[in-house]
Amino acid sequence: MGKILRRTFLFGSAAVAGGFAVGWYMYTKPYPNPLEAKPGEGVFTPFIRITSDDTVTMVIPRAEMGQGMLTTLAAMIAEELDVDLATVQTEFAPAAKAYYNSAMLEEGAPFPAFDNSFVAETMRGLQGVVAKFLAMQATGGSSSTVDAFDKLRQAGAGARLMLVHAAADEWGVAAASLRTENGKVIDPALGKSLSYGALAEKAAQRKVPSDVALKPREQWRYLGKTQPKLDMEAKVTGKAQFGIDVRLPDMLFATVRMNPRQGAAMTAMDDGPALAMPGVVKVVNLGTGYAVIAGNTWTAMKAADAIKPQWAQAPYPATTEGVFAKIEEALASGEGFAMRSDGETPADAAARGESIKARYSAPYLAHACMEPMNATAQWAGDRLTIWCGNQAPTSIVQQAAAVFSIPAENVEVVSTYLGGGFGRRFETDFSILAARVAKDTDGKPVQVAWTREEDMRHDMYRPGALCDAEAVLGSNGIEAISFRSASQSVMASAFGRLEGAMTPPGPDKLIVDGLWDQPYDLANFHVTGVPVDLAIPVGFWRAVGHSFNPFFIESFMDEIAAASRQDPLEMRLKLMANHAPAVGVLEAVKQMSGWDTPLDAAGVKSRGRGVAFCLSFGSWVAQVIQVADTDAGIRIENVWCAADVGIALDPGNLEAQMMSGIVYGLSAAMGEEITFADGMAEQGNFDSFDAMRMGQCPVIEVRILENSPKMGGAGEPGTPPSLPALANAIFAATGKRVRKLPLSSEVGFA
Amino acid sequence: MDLKVNGKMISLEADPEMPLLWALRDVAGLTGTKFGCGIAQCGACTVLVDGAPVRSCVTPVGSVSGEITTIEGVAAGDGTLSVVQQAWVEAQVAQCGYCQSGQVLAATALLKANPAPTDSDIDEAMSGNLCRCGTYPRIRAAVRAASKKLAGT
Repeated sequence: MGKILRRTFLFGSAAVAGGFAVGWYMYTKPYPNPLEAKPGEGVFTPFIRITSDDTVTMVIPRAEMGQGMLTTLAAMIAEELDVDLATVQTEFAPAAKAYYNSAMLEEGAPFPAFDNSFVAETMRGLQGVVAKFLAMQATGGSSSTVDAFDKLRQAGAGARLMLVHAAADEWGVAAASLRTENGKVIDPALGKSLSYGALAEKAAQRKVPSDVALKPREQWRYLGKTQPKLDMEAKVTGKAQFGIDVRLPDMLFATVRMNPRQGAAMTAMDDGPALAMPGVVKVVNLGTGYAVIAGNTWTAMKAADAIKPQWAQAPYPATTEGVFAKIEEALASGEGFAMRSDGETPADAAARGESIKARYSAPYLAHACMEPMNATAQWAGDRLTIWCGNQAPTSIVQQAAAVFSIPAENVEVVSTYLGGGFGRRFETDFSILAARVAKDTDGKPVQVAWTREEDMRHDMYRPGALCDAEAVLGSNGIEAISFRSASQSVMASAFGRLEGAMTPPGPDKLIVDGLWDQPYDLANFHVTGVPVDLAIPVGFWRAVGHSFNPFFIESFMDEIAAASRQDPLEMRLKLMANHAPAVGVLEAVKQMSGWDTPLDAAGVKSRGRGVAFCLSFGSWVAQVIQVADTDAGIRIENVWCAADVGIALDPGNLEAQMMSGIVYGLSAAMGEEITFADGMAEQGNFDSFDAMRMGQCPVIEVRILENSPKMGGAGEPGTPPSLPALANAIFAATGKRVRKLPLSSEVGFA
Repeated sequence: MDLKVNGKMISLEADPEMPLLWALRDVAGLTGTKFGCGIAQCGACTVLVDGAPVRSCVTPVGSVSGEITTIEGVAAGDGTLSVVQQAWVEAQVAQCGYCQSGQVLAATALLKANPAPTDSDIDEAMSGNLCRCGTYPRIRAAVRAASKKLAGT
């Protein structure tokens, strides 16, 4: 890796300002445990409760939004605590600093995942320290297992040791002579045993051991093996409680209508027609929109429809053409930042070969979680309680404290299951809106549920992006290559939404994630990011920068392979030959897909296979997609996916996450797009912003590998390669190169 | 208004125009039926009326005369999961789980009407039920497994 611009990066600079002044001392001091023991109960670390009736409760510090963390995190604790995973209880943690996520910020360090140099490791370590200072309790960046792996196993092991020592005291024997089994401490010599429940209250008084030995992998009982999901039965019986299912005594129901020209004011509103409807309690003017409070959700929604407000103009261009003209302008002449500037540029190397150029484009996208945004809020004086599914409870606390000028201790967040997150529930807007509406209910709780249209038109979108790619192909293959990618900064937009937070200076590497950080060993490689100044709210959409840049680079690699008459899979193998995990996943999909066997076109016009690779969130993923060109359009027949996650904690869940990432990515690739007209998103529901349906879903085969020396994430890495692999397969089948997402702009899908 | 829900008669105070979805969720307190789109595009609100799948978000409660089955009424009274629910657990289908009430009910209706569906029957019957987590491959496997199990009993 050559010169990289390492001045201020967004995560680092923001964190340094807030953190390092406090000094290293703070880092060594643990945050207080927010859990209080009830009578007869022992609390061990912020993660474990054990009651005298032998109920073992795991306090889960991360959101459960389908990515399986409820089960995998509980398995980490159970592994070392030595209890039966199938019988443990779980609860979602309160918002507290003790549950901070350090791995998420480590991913923000400006070093690619394959860079194991001293500088890179030190920077990652520093970002972890910074995360503790910021104490963000957040679920994102595919970081949950990486963050929790040591922390939760140590919590389990520490608690087990405390229980063993309590039993040793009880029996007057040496702790070393005791063993544990499934929630019991056993003295093999005396033939006695005590249950954890019987020991818990006393054991919890002991000091938490600071240094405990963890089981070697060979002794793992739960980790490394597929575990049945602890929440599966609740989710097939309707018992799992999502934010929208919260029910409280005297609860009111409300809905909101905010200016669909996001960020602009409401200039007039006549609430008369709504107030005239039976069952309507109140209409609240929120400045940029209004809420209707009623006795049930339907009445609130119907009454909200009856109001015809006047909306001010949008603070961004009114049409998609206008928006993309701004992106194009930035791409052409905006000031960029270099994230990779190795050796010669294509211009330097122009004389040594043939130049190829391409421009790629990606649209704005909504998250479209199945559960529309909602939260329930209640005020008691200046104390606020918010119930919702969320990815960042401490951010909700901080935002609420700032917005309502109350101490953070006065805000309680009760987290539920999430009906999808994908980055959307990282935001605090739906919680704050509910709290604002609850100001008008005389202390009664109120659930504020958005319509689908409200959800889709008030999203923090995946930013639209344009990228110019250029390469010089000569006798040595790729003589030089460059990418210039322009989009709005997600970090700047997200920071801008947090009260009292300064938008940090410096480049946002998310703009070029997926371009600069790929393990292609090319001596002459340039990546420039160009931030686009637009006021459309943009946010973290599954894989973030890795959701669009891999489409650009992996499509271009395919174009290079075609232009230089190379097999696209063999070319990638050659260019990443020094990276064993990359070679491993590429060889795996080559074998799984029968890459070298010719395809027939029985019953269809033609068939083709495409390949793509992406290293994201520490995981190395290759995919081969096979499509058929049929009379009804392109049919995606098969996806073969190989993912190297370093340490596979739950193979079945990893398979599910890869499938999920693929379906999410292919849904976007096939047809999703948020477009603007009159300053508003034109899409409001699944009739205009659809996703892949069962009948369109290919057969997906996943193989999990463990060649990488580091553990990687799983929630996002399945998405990035799926979009370019599909475009490359369409090229292979039809000869048509589609450089614009969604691909439906140029081809039809069956 | 009187409705038969999950084998029991219940009396609701609701505007007959209110969609069945909201009558179940906000009036009857049965929150297992989910709101996804409000325009019969996603299937999250699917319930059965006399065994047939219905999009409760666009069905006025006053228009319903048959017996309603919601996700809360799929398992037996003693909590024993139905064959479809068991297949869902065995295939570890659910991720976020929000759409799964509708998926389970759509599959229940399919297998009642067509106990041995082909893959294309499954695709056709289930394509109205959106899943943003991408559980489709496991849903297919679960429906096939449930079909086999029903054939064997």
